[in-house]
Amino acid sequence: MDELYFFLEVLIGGLLSGTLYSLVALGFVLIYKASGIFNFAQGTMVLFAALTFVGVLELGAPALLAAVVTLAVMVVLAFAVERFIFRHMVNQPQVILFMATIGLAYFLEGLGQTIWGTEVHVLDLGIPDRGLWLGPILVSQFDLVAAAVVALLVAGLGVFFRTTTMGRALRGVADDHQAALSIGIPLHHVWVAVWSVAGFVALVAGLVWGSKLGVQFSISLVALKAIPVMIIGGFTSIPGAIVGGLIVGASEKLAEVYLGPFVGGGLENWFPYMLAMLVLMVRPEGIFGEKIIERV
Amino acid sequence: MHKCLLVALAALVLAGPVPAVAQDQSGDGAEQFIPITSYRTGPYAVGGIPFMDGFVDYLKMINARDGGIEGVRIVWEECETAYKPDRFVECYERLKNRGERGASVFNPLGTPLTYAVIDRLPADKIPLITLGYGRTDASDGRVFPYVFPLMVNYWSQNTAKIRYIASLEGGLENLDGLKIANVHHDSAYGKETAPVLAKQAERYGFEVRHFPVVHPGIDQKAVWLNVRRYRPDYVILRGWGVMNQTALKEAARVGVPADKIVGVWWSCAEQDTVPAGDAAVGYTCSTFHNNGTDFQLMQDIITHVHDAGDGTGPREAVGTGFYNRGVINAFVTVEAIRTAMGEFGARALGGEEVRWGIENMELTDADIAAAGAANLVPPISVSCADHEGGGKVLFVRWTGESFETASDWLEPDRDLVRGMIEESAAQYAAEKGITPRTCES
Amino acid sequence: MFYRETGQYKTTYAADRAIFPIRQDRIGIAILLVVAFVVIPLFANEYWLRSVLTPVLVFSLAAIGLNILTGYTGQLSLGTAAFMAVGAFAAYNLEVRVPEVPFLVSFVVAGLAAAGVGILFGLPSLRIKGFYLAVATLAAQFFIEWLFTHVGWFTNYSTSGVITAPPMTLLGYSFESAESRYLLTLCIVAGMAIMAKNMVRSELGRAWMAVRDMDVAAEAIGINLMATKLTAFAVSSFYCGVAGALWAYVYLGTVEPQAFDVLRSFEILFMVIIGGLGSILGSFLGAAFIVLLPIFIANASGLFGSALSAETIAHLEFVIFGGLIILFLVVEPLGLARLWQIVKEKLRLWPFPY
Repeated sequence: MDELYFFLEVLIGGLLSGTLYSLVALGFVLIYKASGIFNFAQGTMVLFAALTFVGVLELGAPALLAAVVTLAVMVVLAFAVERFIFRHMVNQPQVILFMATIGLAYFLEGLGQTIWGTEVHVLDLGIPDRGLWLGPILVSQFDLVAAAVVALLVAGLGVFFRTTTMGRALRGVADDHQAALSIGIPLHHVWVAVWSVAGFVALVAGLVWGSKLGVQFSISLVALKAIPVMIIGGFTSIPGAIVGGLIVGASEKLAEVYLGPFVGGGLENWFPYMLAMLVLMVRPEGIFGEKIIERV
Repeated sequence: MHKCLLVALAALVLAGPVPAVAQDQSGDGAEQFIPITSYRTGPYAVGGIPFMDGFVDYLKMINARDGGIEGVRIVWEECETAYKPDRFVECYERLKNRGERGASVFNPLGTPLTYAVIDRLPADKIPLITLGYGRTDASDGRVFPYVFPLMVNYWSQNTAKIRYIASLEGGLENLDGLKIANVHHDSAYGKETAPVLAKQAERYGFEVRHFPVVHPGIDQKAVWLNVRRYRPDYVILRGWGVMNQTALKEAARVGVPADKIVGVWWSCAEQDTVPAGDAAVGYTCSTFHNNGTDFQLMQDIITHVHDAGDGTGPREAVGTGFYNRGVINAFVTVEAIRTAMGEFGARALGGEEVRWGIENMELTDADIAAAGAANLVPPISVSCADHEGGGKVLFVRWTGESFETASDWLEPDRDLVRGMIEESAAQYAAEKGITPRTCES
Repeated sequence: MFYRETGQYKTTYAADRAIFPIRQDRIGIAILLVVAFVVIPLFANEYWLRSVLTPVLVFSLAAIGLNILTGYTGQLSLGTAAFMAVGAFAAYNLEVRVPEVPFLVSFVVAGLAAAGVGILFGLPSLRIKGFYLAVATLAAQFFIEWLFTHVGWFTNYSTSGVITAPPMTLLGYSFESAESRYLLTLCIVAGMAIMAKNMVRSELGRAWMAVRDMDVAAEAIGINLMATKLTAFAVSSFYCGVAGALWAYVYLGTVEPQAFDVLRSFEILFMVIIGGLGSILGSFLGAAFIVLLPIFIANASGLFGSALSAETIAHLEFVIFGGLIILFLVVEPLGLARLWQIVKEKLRLWPFPY
């Protein structure tokens, strides 16, 4: 019986970790969906947003104001990225755009730390960070709260995409750039909007991960965890990012706990990728990705 | 137009690094050059910055208070390694011929960085001080004449940890039957203590199991669930960077009390404990130096450097773990040069002379007290065969605000460690085709 | 004016197929080779040879490898460093276990071992495409790093988990000095670069490019997709494997698995893209650019450094590095090789604008 509880504990812990990865993966998916750009800088945007938030907070601003200021900074960033980078790179191959985002990642990493410094900033949002016994099963309160945040965020994004004009425009662009342009959707505005939304998601991710780890450089490394999530779920699907996160989180924890002892442990880093590879062998477009149709 | 500029820019970069500012090559022996390699960027900058600030502040203090070492002013140049071996090699090659007599001694600051230059040292005749990190078996000075893992190496440190646990349990005999979990960073650095733990487990009869944490260690749920299932009596934390605080938090979450966790010194600074909040209170870790500012030497830094408005970093950092470690590193470097000056005269020294200085450095309690560092560092005595030269370990406990002393200066299991060092060094010598030198006397 | 091919007639098929059909190119290459083989070893100091030129050459080789896969065959790889690691560890293990083997042979074995692993992780490319394929190479990246850290056999059970390269001797000559190591690297890299240049002009190379441009169409004109993609993976990994062995033996003399982490893979991808996808010359330019840029920025900032703290400078370097990368991609997405081409065209017409 104890074994079963332990298994459930690992499983639940893994699923909750997975939602935290999804949070970062969401930002990737948004940008990829609307512009076909694999935005490597998403992890750094998480760091940048969190650093800005904490920096403003430490200047004495209340949390809400800090959030508003940070959001404004992220919108400005979105404008700048569109104006100075991607406007000039329309029609370039995807891999070049991808490289440009790596350049952006370096830029933001340097900029954020030049302005706000490198020390670890403690960020306390008042989320309890202790274990919680649900019957015989121990779960992390923090992760439960974070998962709730993710759920809210996804619901919010869903409403945004379905009901607002900008949301509809985004979906239009995601479906077909040219068709969207031809019916008068301003592509550049949409890109700014989607980078802003991704900036908002980065802020939420930065707050959650920042209060988990302290705001410091390392939170940008969460991006590496988000990549398999996105690949399993499909680059273009928001539900995919969530489901992918759950799969990655649960499988890596189960693998570490049950396979780890036999191979010396430490397989959390590659296991999700192997899993993603197997998934793709069966479904090359990811679980929720759009079917790839090739024509000559 | 744009493209022309771009071509010009590319040509400029490809044409190579601009020769850096010319050094004062007057050659009157009035300036001692010390190269500094630091990491102020990347995932480990959190610790690298205060460390380097401490290092540089100490040199500034020596210049301001004493006008240099024995009247020879210290000059230095800093080079950013970003904790990458290849960047360090570039820095090493760039700095090794700077100054009047070339680089006197390198402090690579990073285990992988150390490895990258070990081969080159005998040809360049430049010594390496790796204070509390680096290649453990380099403590055998017969095989590694140019490498000095001073104070305490990882293996000694680890045996001292077991002795500390024994002191909590009321004696070495009570170790029998204990279960110890070794939670370590999953890298060459992290795995390095596994063999020594195995030997000790055999000797004292405790049981040890290893739990690797994958880099960078931002999510350790699975590891700590495994640890909890193992139900260890003590946990050894051998972390690095962001892994430490995450480990402390996860430990608290799964119910491993912080006072049962004993960390290595790279898990032993405010940067590791403060972000973990309450979860870190009671956590103990090993160091080779004391923390805080209640030492004459630290006060001198405050008066001569920070009060003079010349502090490298923020004043609040003075006395914290990483800062003090940087100060100690600079202190040892300066004292080694001072020893060498006693032999070769008060003038700028080259690498070979400083190497002699390190190898013959002898700092007794009285010397250390005279330098204003009583109880800040243990006595050091380096010899031709023993490049570790000290080997005492102090344990400190996190109170929630600062580190308090939790033990005396503990001795490691020197016999056990020395045997392993000689064995490992001999293997290296065989692989590399090195004939170990003999150490008379 | 300076670069005019007028009057250079191709009178034989051999001349038409020549690797450098234009006289100026031949002269240029000859001068370059003389500089690289004679002038530099004579005049460059140890700093340049050891810590700038040698890594540039090693990286160039790895970049050529990746360029074959990504630039010529269109298969995105984020696991280049893993294949380098395979090469480094294969060479080391062969040398340690069979010390009689000359090190050049172990370099070849390093390449072959990497090629084998490359084929294995290339298999999914038959089904997975585009960014999704990155997952296969990332799996290789993380798995191989883990394997070398965890299986003691690969490091000969060294207590530190770090391998140190045995000394390199050939026919009694020991490659110790900076010059000899540089020349050794140069010979290997130059030889393999010429091989690569010829390979991409051959039937194989054309098949690669057909697959890159559209694999369904390539299949329709009778190109065997599996064979083509897998040879690209094999050849590419071979190059990376040799580069890894060179890195371990000639450049650093020591390697720990973490030296070949995912960031190293990104670094090499950077070189390929900045240099120019689908260009051997570009691989060299890209490698030189990415290795030299941080050194250049560090030195340049040192000139007016005292006004800023060391920490700020270190971070500003990142800002400048990132900014320059973006600038280059915005102004010339096709890379340095394309810029060089533009320069050549200008030189041809100079002093007339058109």
